[in-house]
Amino acid sequence: MSKEWPLWEVFIRGQHGMSHRHVGSLHAADAEMALKNARDVYTRRNEGVSMWVVESSNITASAPSDKGPLYEPSNSKIYRHPTFFDIPDEVGAM
Amino acid sequence: MEVTDALQQFATRMGDNTLILGHRVSEWCGHAPVLEEDIALANTALDLIGQTQFWLGLAAEIQDEGKSADDIAFLRDVWDFRNLLLLELPNDDFGRTLMRQFLFDAWQSIHLPRLALSSDPRVAAIAEKASKEVAYHVERSADTVVGLGDGSAESHKRMQAALDYLWPYVGEIFDTDEVDDVLSEAGIVTHPSSLKGEYYALIERVLTKATLSIPEDPFAHKGGRSGFRHTEHLGHILVEMQWLQRAYPGSKW
Repeated sequence: MSKEWPLWEVFIRGQHGMSHRHVGSLHAADAEMALKNARDVYTRRNEGVSMWVVESSNITASAPSDKGPLYEPSNSKIYRHPTFFDIPDEVGAM
Repeated sequence: MEVTDALQQFATRMGDNTLILGHRVSEWCGHAPVLEEDIALANTALDLIGQTQFWLGLAAEIQDEGKSADDIAFLRDVWDFRNLLLLELPNDDFGRTLMRQFLFDAWQSIHLPRLALSSDPRVAAIAEKASKEVAYHVERSADTVVGLGDGSAESHKRMQAALDYLWPYVGEIFDTDEVDDVLSEAGIVTHPSSLKGEYYALIERVLTKATLSIPEDPFAHKGGRSGFRHTEHLGHILVEMQWLQRAYPGSKW
């Protein structure tokens, strides 16, 4: 058994209405401790209203070497960008 | 004893507790076993120093001699300090540091919410603010005591040794005197003796969960709270904490 604590990824929501964003990672023995550590490491300057932690080993990541097949096909399909609509000012930020 | 004299003494005791423990905890900055604990300890130390500014600020205000919280913190000598002996003991290992933190946090977590109901609005305001910080401190230190106490054979052994070493210093919390009597009579503080049962119930619950045995010897060291006699360790803290103000009086940054 490894003596190192497992690695956790930390996500923090900065304000109500915003989504959680990945802010970094840390080590902790369990999820509760990961939340406490996240509070101490990543919210010292009043950054958050909500935190998520997830053990890094639970994240399945795409392989960087697959970036050609994964992303290049969409390069040529500019019609997928909804840039042809005029957004009324009243809508505000989207 | 006049209420104002008692309140000045009380504010000094509260401020000295958080000042000395805050300084002790800050000694871990850059030395803790892992980065996460290092930052957590630094945050705790900063909270404690923040509380010190309020308590010693109140002590200075009542004293009314034109002194600031800084004057009180940096220009007094050992015999004028009123902190619990528990808080001036050396850190030793991480386990003893966290055990001491828990024993004090547990007291603060019970004491401060009562002080927030004080008939003196200044005491109530400081206690209200500090009790939010302390609610987090005690959660963290209690979890760590349980994690290490109920952890590996080595961590269990160290936590039991820490508890055995610190236990004789816990009883001083309830070594009350006229200051407590006068202020509780005036509705400014809750008398510590009325919180004793709650305190011991809390630490017993956590220490049992941590699989640690509470020593049976009721002997308690005294003298910090009253200022009668500090340990040899307080002078060493003050040398480090005060030397700059002593060597260069009034210097700022």
